[in-house]
Amino acid sequence: MNATVITPDLPELEPPRSFYTYKSGLGSWLLTTDHKRIAILYAVTITLFFIMGGVAAAMMRINLVEPQGALLSAETYNKTFTFHGVVMVWFFLIPSIPATLGNFLLPIMIGARDLAFPRLNLMSWYLFVIGGCFTIACLLLGGVDTGWTFYTPFSTMFSNTNVILVAVGVFVTGFSTILTGLNFIVTTHKLRMPGMTWFKLPLFVWGMYAVSLVMVLATPVLAMTLSLIGLERIAQVGIFDPALGGDPLLFQHMFWFYSHPAVYIMILPAMGVASEIIPCFARRKIFGYEFMVYALVGISVIGFLVWGHHMFVAGMSPTATLVFSILSFAIAVPSAIKVFNWTATLRRGRITFEAPMLYALGFVGLFMIGGMSGLMLAAPALDIPLHATYFVIAHFHYVMVGGTVMAYLGGIHYWWPKITGRLYSEAWARFAAILMFFGFNFTFFPQYVLGYLGMPRRYHAYPPQFQTLNILSSAGASILALAYLIPVVYLGWSLFRGARAGNNPWGARGLEWQTTSPPPKQNFLERPVVQKAYAYDEPSPDGQPASGATA
Amino acid sequence: MNAGGFWHLLPNASTNAKPLDELWWAMVGLCALVAIGVFVVMFVFCIRYRKGRPADRHLAKDTLPVELTWTAVPFLIFMGVFVWSLTLYARSRTPPANAETIYVVAKQWMWKIQHPGGQREINTLHVPTGVPIRLMMTSQDVIHSFFVPAFRVKQDVLPGRYTQLWFTAIEPGDYPLYCTQYCGLDHSKMGGQVIVMRPRAYARWLDENNTGTSLAAQGAALFRAKGCSGCHGANASVHAPDLDGIYGRIVHLSDGSTVAADDRYIHDSIMLPDKQIVAGYAPIMPSFSGELTESQVLAIIAYLKSTKPGAQPAHEGTKQ
Ligand code: HEM
Ligand SMILES: [Cu+2]
Repeated sequence: MNATVITPDLPELEPPRSFYTYKSGLGSWLLTTDHKRIAILYAVTITLFFIMGGVAAAMMRINLVEPQGALLSAETYNKTFTFHGVVMVWFFLIPSIPATLGNFLLPIMIGARDLAFPRLNLMSWYLFVIGGCFTIACLLLGGVDTGWTFYTPFSTMFSNTNVILVAVGVFVTGFSTILTGLNFIVTTHKLRMPGMTWFKLPLFVWGMYAVSLVMVLATPVLAMTLSLIGLERIAQVGIFDPALGGDPLLFQHMFWFYSHPAVYIMILPAMGVASEIIPCFARRKIFGYEFMVYALVGISVIGFLVWGHHMFVAGMSPTATLVFSILSFAIAVPSAIKVFNWTATLRRGRITFEAPMLYALGFVGLFMIGGMSGLMLAAPALDIPLHATYFVIAHFHYVMVGGTVMAYLGGIHYWWPKITGRLYSEAWARFAAILMFFGFNFTFFPQYVLGYLGMPRRYHAYPPQFQTLNILSSAGASILALAYLIPVVYLGWSLFRGARAGNNPWGARGLEWQTTSPPPKQNFLERPVVQKAYAYDEPSPDGQPASGATA
Repeated sequence: MNAGGFWHLLPNASTNAKPLDELWWAMVGLCALVAIGVFVVMFVFCIRYRKGRPADRHLAKDTLPVELTWTAVPFLIFMGVFVWSLTLYARSRTPPANAETIYVVAKQWMWKIQHPGGQREINTLHVPTGVPIRLMMTSQDVIHSFFVPAFRVKQDVLPGRYTQLWFTAIEPGDYPLYCTQYCGLDHSKMGGQVIVMRPRAYARWLDENNTGTSLAAQGAALFRAKGCSGCHGANASVHAPDLDGIYGRIVHLSDGSTVAADDRYIHDSIMLPDKQIVAGYAPIMPSFSGELTESQVLAIIAYLKSTKPGAQPAHEGTKQ
């Protein structure tokens, strides 16, 4: 079709040195404005946070092997789940895909040389690290026992822990999110290379664009909410505390007005990743590209209107319940569309099952189970018994861990050869992906049953009839933990010993595959050729054969 | 390892439980159907169209009808479930008129329960079968949540607000009660049980635990002891509204608005008197927050409820 050829204004050819090697020394990394290096910085930091959150999860699961609590005191358990929640949400899930893969790939995928504001990008990372270190230090030195949701008046009047300091840390980190979002939005608008029209954008870029809008619009509300908590704790102004004439539900409205869209900050990028991987390994253009775009945009818009479904038993009015419920059902429709389209993309393809594809298929499966259970929670009658039980824990782990983490790992595996220039052990990678899928279900499926039977969440100790299911869940968690460790080993090995990857090991389409692996500092040495997104049925610019239409 | 637990299914111990379980299993079935359907299709595609296997790989041109169908069909199914769910929800929100009210005050980390006859208990709630029970609940400190899985009922319990919940128990027995809103250190210990008894046994239990003073009578005593009657009483010299028969009346406020004198209004008038000033009166009433506990406020509300306009009831020693 219309493979547009254009000439971007690249400088005279430099020797092809990768962005890793053009300059060396710690200073060249810590002061870099190269989006690719900043992506690496983010990747390293969020991996550390993931490990910390994971250790906390392991401690909780060990504790829950016995009804009276096997490992931790009630106080420590409460601080542990707060730590786990705070770290996983703000320091892993929210930045995960956008700050690493998005940072690295967004400019390359649209044919730009960097983000619109490279120095702002570096500053975002520093804000993230400062907020992160600060929060983690507070959480470790003394700890906080409010849960990551900071519900008032417990957090404002009753908790004796360092709520304000942690809130300040999260507040600072929020700015990093906002700045990253702004940077992505401007970049997508202004720096697309000629010929890269909106409907030629890869869905990953669409995902980044949609998520950036949510980040910029929702995060300020979090900042306000956290500031008000601080104010209330210090000055007792009476915003949330009923004893002073405040309203405890106001806090929940404000909190979820941010935190519900925040779950879309976590899942939209994951959808973008899956939409890159599945067409590539099915050798087939994505089914219903336009619908996929509308669904992304639809999810991010409606995502702002459903926060109240966290409050069906909180004492909200029945009218509000009705409205929030119907909107929550509505948002399930675009999510369902996406699942159907991914499935339909497989039809009439030439499918292979490399590790990224296994992760992506795992993502679709787990996201779907998580989404379906969300539908039950959206029905107010069912939410009454299920709310705040392990059913909810299972639901959001399916979506966030089964969905976002699987997609993140899928993306890491898919773009690993591009980012590092090396290949990893395919056999180990496939094994880890499959083990992870089973370990995950083994850990979290029993929690659906626990929730139905009535086990409340955030319990340090529980009645004995729940023990069998808890043991199953903990056993699954140890398998899952192992499955998370294996990639650390083979990916680490690949960094030093892996075979050279070549520019396009998967025969993928998209501009990022037209440059060298790893890319040079300025991203492209030769002008890339813009095609329609997912042109797997057209011959590729680098000579890969077309693979669509014939038998 | 505890064996008994695993297949112990949830008892259906209230009239609420069965209809909810029907919706639950219907949705489990629906979700399983869709999920398994998609999995099977994915699996079949993965086998049939894996690389190297001969298959027809020509792509259809017009996919719009397919896409519209799979957008519309889930939407209609979802809306069906929504309506079903909503009817059950509406029922769960409207206690029958003849419901018996029991008062619950939550605090870190216990449930304090007051029966209208003056019986009190902690972390245990005795109720009869076959009688709709309405719980009127408030918290003395943080947010808690009252949850009885066997009844499929749950409601957050907030400080400074009254929330309610109702059920009709159908099966005698002991059922666990949990707090499901994280409320601090001993959140996981904040539980207890609901003991469901046949009406005869329940009446006996009420008698055995009779303190001789109904909740309303306790309220009447407090009304005098705490000095409320000094201003609001029949021969008070202070210009304050007459409170006999206040419950349920429409009150005109000084800012021109009106409000129905429900539990919440009475509670706030006692604890936060500056919030809503009755038209025609000076804002001179002191706040009783810190002076009265939530349980005492509930007793006073019960007393005010029992008064009739103009009359001077004195329920001393009576039992409801
Ligand atoms: C091996 C994997 C994991 C296990 C075994 C695990 C286990 C748990 C447990 C036991 C709880 C506390 C439940 C409660 O007492 O209420 C919890 C809460 C939570 N988990 Fe995980 N988790 C895992 C991974 C993750 C990951 C990867 C994330 C996010 C990326 C995550 C996010 C959360 C959040 C946000 C909470 C809520 C914390 C709160 O209640 O305040 N978890 N998890
Ligand atoms: Cu509680």
